[in-house]
Amino acid sequence: MNTGIPLEYFLVMATLMFFAGVYGFITRKNLITILMSVELMLNAVNIMLLAFNRYLYPNQLEGHFFALFVIAVAASEAAVAIAIIINIYRSFHSIDVEKTDEMKY
Amino acid sequence: MTGNQIMFIVFSAMIVIFSILTVTSRRILRAATFLLFVLISTSGLYFMLNFQFLAAVQLTLYAGGIVVLIIFSILLTSHIDEKFESAALLKKVYGAIASILGAVLVINTLINYTFVPSTEAAKDINMNLIGNSLISWGEQGYALPFELISILLLAAMIAAIVVAKKIKTN
Repeated sequence: MNTGIPLEYFLVMATLMFFAGVYGFITRKNLITILMSVELMLNAVNIMLLAFNRYLYPNQLEGHFFALFVIAVAASEAAVAIAIIINIYRSFHSIDVEKTDEMKY
Repeated sequence: MTGNQIMFIVFSAMIVIFSILTVTSRRILRAATFLLFVLISTSGLYFMLNFQFLAAVQLTLYAGGIVVLIIFSILLTSHIDEKFESAALLKKVYGAIASILGAVLVINTLINYTFVPSTEAAKDINMNLIGNSLISWGEQGYALPFELISILLLAAMIAAIVVAKKIKTN
């Protein structure tokens, strides 16, 4: 192996990053910060995929391509989400999730 | 302690500390800057794992694209020196309980499972191999997901334009 680091260290670090994202997703109220938490979670999963690819199946590229597709999906998700956020800001003059409750009930 | 291990410690400490700061900082522009640091250290980890292409994609697409997009939308929608009010205590407690319980569960599972690292020689990843894999099918070919992603990107582009367009009112 090229690095002197056990696989578990990568996995534990990515887990902490993922659950930091979960905490932000639950507690934040601003739509843009919620989007940032989602990006954190996607990145943590990418780190896990690449570490598995490198340590367990180094002669295949499944993890590499899966991470590539995850990055593409994350990019398009961010573009659409920001378009929706800007549209919400136009109609409510706020992007607080507590104030955009017109379709709630 | 080898240089590799020192680099790993620096990158992972940066990732964990700045991701916690990203979700707890009360100034939104600072949260975006901390997110940028997290993404840059992630790309450092990809370089350590020898995935040079993905590390470059991470730097250009995330650090260069998504963070800039997020910062622009922050500038469009909120005042820079505005400070969020702190989230309700009950919500914070529930969030902390959910995330800490989840983290403990996952880390416990990960540590109790014995992974068997492969001893096979690592495949040399170059641009030639990546490009050929993306347009071939059969064994080690990814033509179908590649086409799906291209349709998804086109749909996302059209959707972003249509949604953000100003609706004309008479």
